[in-house]
Amino acid sequence: MSADLLNALAIFLLAILVGFEVISKVPATLHTPLMSGANSIHGIVLVGAMVIAVEATDPLSQLLSFVAVAFASMNVVGGYVVTDRMLQMFRKRPTVSAPARPPAADEPKS
Amino acid sequence: MSTLDTIVQLIYLAAAACFVLGLHQMNSPATARNGNRLSAAGMATAIAGTVVLIAAGEMGTVNLSAWIIIAAGVVVGGGLGLYTARTVQMTAMPQLVSIFNAVGGGAAALIAIDDYIRLSGAGGAIPLEISIPTVLDVIIGSITFTGSVIAAGKLQGLIAGQPIILPGSRLVTAALAAVAVVGALFLFVGNVSLPVFALILLAGLLFGVTMVLPIGGADMPVVISLLNSFTGTAVAMAGFVLSDPVLIIAGALVGASGAILTKLMADAMNRSVLNIMVGGFGTGDAAAGPATGGPGGSVREIGADDAAIQLAYAQHVIIVPGYGLAVAQAQHGVRELAELLEARGVDVKYAIHPVAGRMPGHMNVLLAEANVPYPQLKEMDEINPEFERADVALVVGANDVTNPAARSNTASPIYGMPILDVDKAHSIIVIKRSMRPGYAGIDNELYLNPKTGMLFADAKDGLAQLVAAVKAV
Repeated sequence: MSADLLNALAIFLLAILVGFEVISKVPATLHTPLMSGANSIHGIVLVGAMVIAVEATDPLSQLLSFVAVAFASMNVVGGYVVTDRMLQMFRKRPTVSAPARPPAADEPKS
Repeated sequence: MSTLDTIVQLIYLAAAACFVLGLHQMNSPATARNGNRLSAAGMATAIAGTVVLIAAGEMGTVNLSAWIIIAAGVVVGGGLGLYTARTVQMTAMPQLVSIFNAVGGGAAALIAIDDYIRLSGAGGAIPLEISIPTVLDVIIGSITFTGSVIAAGKLQGLIAGQPIILPGSRLVTAALAAVAVVGALFLFVGNVSLPVFALILLAGLLFGVTMVLPIGGADMPVVISLLNSFTGTAVAMAGFVLSDPVLIIAGALVGASGAILTKLMADAMNRSVLNIMVGGFGTGDAAAGPATGGPGGSVREIGADDAAIQLAYAQHVIIVPGYGLAVAQAQHGVRELAELLEARGVDVKYAIHPVAGRMPGHMNVLLAEANVPYPQLKEMDEINPEFERADVALVVGANDVTNPAARSNTASPIYGMPILDVDKAHSIIVIKRSMRPGYAGIDNELYLNPKTGMLFADAKDGLAQLVAAVKAV
């Protein structure tokens, strides 16, 4: 086993433990945004998709990497935006006059 | 390692720290939004760093087509993601999360496929430390992809929500698993074969379908959590394939989060994950437990006016919302009623069961959308001791999670499931369309309790009647 692989395994294991530690403190109230937020984090696979796009030379690889980049981008962008949309609804006090308006009309998201 | 490469590696590390800190800030609704933005900032930096690395030629010469692929992919995928995220209804959140899950897992699987094609084309043996993560990535990623698509289809109602059990389907699932395992072992012992790899991919894709099809709609919180965990693991495997630590860290974090939620959801249903995956519950085919209504139980019907008087003159009211409330789009009605009661000095709280809704925490989002302040949303363990002091418990669209049989009747299929102790309130009002049993197909003895008044109405109509009646009190 190479030193690199050993390092990678150590990172993997420690990250899982950190994940357990951090996430078990999240209250049930926020489980949906948590899941959707965690979902956006695995959108980091976009970095990997871009790497294979650079290496792609034949049409099949190019097609695969295009789909991978598109999938991952959808994951990242959609995940963060929808999580932000949900979290901004969690308020301590009710806001004055908030009729059910279409959510898309909200202020622009980052 | 060049200077630039070092800098980008450090940026990746910072991004990973942002992910952890961002998740950490999710532990309170007050800081959660900042946490998500921190995580997004880390993501944006990591992606920007990768683009710089590519542009600087650190990954070899980049031809124009690669840039076009990346740009087109980001525009198409990002645009679709942005559009759906901005327009989705909060009730449809579980479907959307499933779809994002599917594409994330799909992207991870595509990375493995692309990598394997390249390696097998290069000839020569593939070292075990590459072949293992590649094969695991393609298996987990493909299962996640089709599994999440099927789950989203069920949640959206495109595929029947009931468990679909074809004759011999479990045999097929087992056979597919066997194909994937044998194929994986064949590649691990040193063989390089693209057809075998393709066979594994196919088995994974089909396995995802046959795994999720037999699972009932009400078990979706568990399935979604599990698939979320799978995607994280697939992404971590992609990180091993590309030796990219940031993918490993991010994937592991998500894998852990999905695993925790899966466990919490399964516990809240008092069932093992395995039992849910094998399916069959909530089908109606599971023999319903004998209705132990207790001696002399009969249903007492109550009118909106009587219910309104009880509510208006109460001191403590606990509202128990279930998925029926969301289906009827009655979140705003319940908030209106709560505000009216609060204006009269009544203390109102909401009791949220962990599996209320179609994904973990779904009900909280739906009520937050209807402008219910989050300090009023109480988790099961927090609210249960308070039912004894509640003058009225108002149950809207919730059924099995209020069934006292889960505590007392060992013969009941839901025996042992943690429930909201609604029956301990001084009086109980249940808004329900009919006496039809809930998804578990069992009678709820709460409805036969002498303290319980049944207000037979659709959740939305029932609440509107109550609002009008409370105004008139």
